[in-house]
Amino acid sequence: MITSRNSPNWTKRPDLTLIAEMVEPSTRVLDIGCGDGLLLELLTEEKGVDGRGVEISQEGVSACVSRGLSVIQGNAETDLYDYPDGAFDYAILGMTLPALHQPREILLELLRVGQRAIVSIPNSGFWRHRLYLLFEGRIPDMGAHSTGWYDTPNLHPCSIRDFVILCRSLGIVIERRVQLDARGRATRFRGTGAFANMFGKQAVFLLSKNS
Amino acid sequence: MTDRQINSPESGDAENAVAGPANSARGFSVELGIDKPLRLDSEAELGPFAMAYQTYGTLNADKSNAILVCHALTGDQFILGPHPISGRAGWWEHMVGPGKTLDTDRYYIICSNVLGGCMGTVGPQDINPSTGKSYGLDFPIITIKDMVEAQAMLLDYLDIDQLFSVIGGSMGGMQVLQWATSYSERCFTAVPIAGAARHSAQNIAFHEVGRQAIMADPEWSEGGYLVGDTFPVRGLAVARMAGHITYLSEAALHRKFGRALQDRAEVSYGFDADFQVESYLRHQGISFVERFDANSYLYITRAMDYFDLAAEHGGVLAKAFQDVATRFCVISITSDWLYPTSESREVVRALNSVAANVSFVEIVSDKGHDAFLLDEPKMFETLGGFLTGAAKLRGINEGAAKLRGLNGASAPGGSE
Repeated sequence: MITSRNSPNWTKRPDLTLIAEMVEPSTRVLDIGCGDGLLLELLTEEKGVDGRGVEISQEGVSACVSRGLSVIQGNAETDLYDYPDGAFDYAILGMTLPALHQPREILLELLRVGQRAIVSIPNSGFWRHRLYLLFEGRIPDMGAHSTGWYDTPNLHPCSIRDFVILCRSLGIVIERRVQLDARGRATRFRGTGAFANMFGKQAVFLLSKNS
Repeated sequence: MTDRQINSPESGDAENAVAGPANSARGFSVELGIDKPLRLDSEAELGPFAMAYQTYGTLNADKSNAILVCHALTGDQFILGPHPISGRAGWWEHMVGPGKTLDTDRYYIICSNVLGGCMGTVGPQDINPSTGKSYGLDFPIITIKDMVEAQAMLLDYLDIDQLFSVIGGSMGGMQVLQWATSYSERCFTAVPIAGAARHSAQNIAFHEVGRQAIMADPEWSEGGYLVGDTFPVRGLAVARMAGHITYLSEAALHRKFGRALQDRAEVSYGFDADFQVESYLRHQGISFVERFDANSYLYITRAMDYFDLAAEHGGVLAKAFQDVATRFCVISITSDWLYPTSESREVVRALNSVAANVSFVEIVSDKGHDAFLLDEPKMFETLGGFLTGAAKLRGINEGAAKLRGLNGASAPGGSE
């Protein structure tokens, strides 16, 4: 079995490395939209977490379960409500928030079932997207890899700033925030976030409830 | 053996019948409930009673590699063939065998005939010790839970504390769920396939059609046909025909038969079996009668109808799974309309609500309920991986049970 870090799919998801770093060892983790289970497998092997996953496709679930991971075929927007409060130390949502019908409600759900949430998003405020809209006059793809605006899964594009404002309005504490630049490297923009919102292509947030 | 086509108990194709010598050996049988009878849900007591079973593979030294396979309504303990009556292949040859998903080189597979069955375990066709005649309708009503209690007694007899897994499809899946709630500590993993936590109104309705067909046959003689040496052949065959339709999807029926005619160029303007699908169903009915008892069919369908796991927990299914340590792998089939995915999903919901360790996959297949018996590579891949991962946790070594004892050559205390 190849380890997650050597998988070609791992390099396509630079946010996963950052997410993995935010997870404390020997914790309980729920990965929503876990795909073929790369992150869960890594967390299980390297951090000894008790991991669970939710994945919408049969292919993804089969890939996960056949590697010994506990994953259910389901949908974040309908199946998250079944879990009891605080069942997990971390609820992880990687790059799927803009694809949800109700991202705001799901964000709250993440922090209901998890003590903390780790959320990664593609940043719609990235400078290239801004310039594309400005000069081309067309809607940028914003990391969804779709063929056009008409079939993008990103129903609710948001920028890093949008996300920060939403968290503030919901009383969600951003414990950590890391941006990834166009090459997938972590950057350390501080301050008000204006730079981060311009030059971060993706961002990863460690969230907790305002207690 | 590996290239044999399956002859499933719920769909057994005549075309796929394997010619082989009829084996009169009924496998292993043990007398249970000698010291203490089995107290049934109906409060009747049963015992001592016979329990027939088969084993495949070898039990390892620390007895950690045992898997209990629970058979479906019309199945039996003969997972692998040849079947002692029909001479055909077993009902789950796709799943079980050396190198298969349920690898008999690695696991010790146990399958017993259910309580109320007609392949050696006590059932309504057996002699009632208090009258000296066959039970007929004097046989006590049994439930899925009673079946599981009897299986637990068998495990006690085999001196196996904990099963590595309990696996079954359809009614077998119901037994799996009952196992995981009654004896969670005895199930390291549980795999309910194409099952449900309760019988729906539609499920009960179809069963009632089957039962009424049997009871409407004058040869049934109020259940006393064995005394008068008759048999409700027509009633049981019709019950099987009706049941068989529910095991298949419309797509599967259409692909197999469409409107094709049977051995004729045009319709007969009569009530012969003009269509292939009619001929097929009639054959299913007739061949079923050869190996199944009509009263057993009544009792076992009734047990399924009574099944409602949530009922004994105040109607809340999640309570049934409170504090289970068992790891679950729930599997459903997209085209199964008899036990649809929504039923499996209810189970998964309940398990999630107590944060149980559960995996769930819906296998894409257009073959209907019976797909769980057929060659479905995705199902094998998913389940095989689940078991391999769990085996690692349980410390079951690959090839630990190298010596293979097919047909239970190594089973303790076995007799014919």
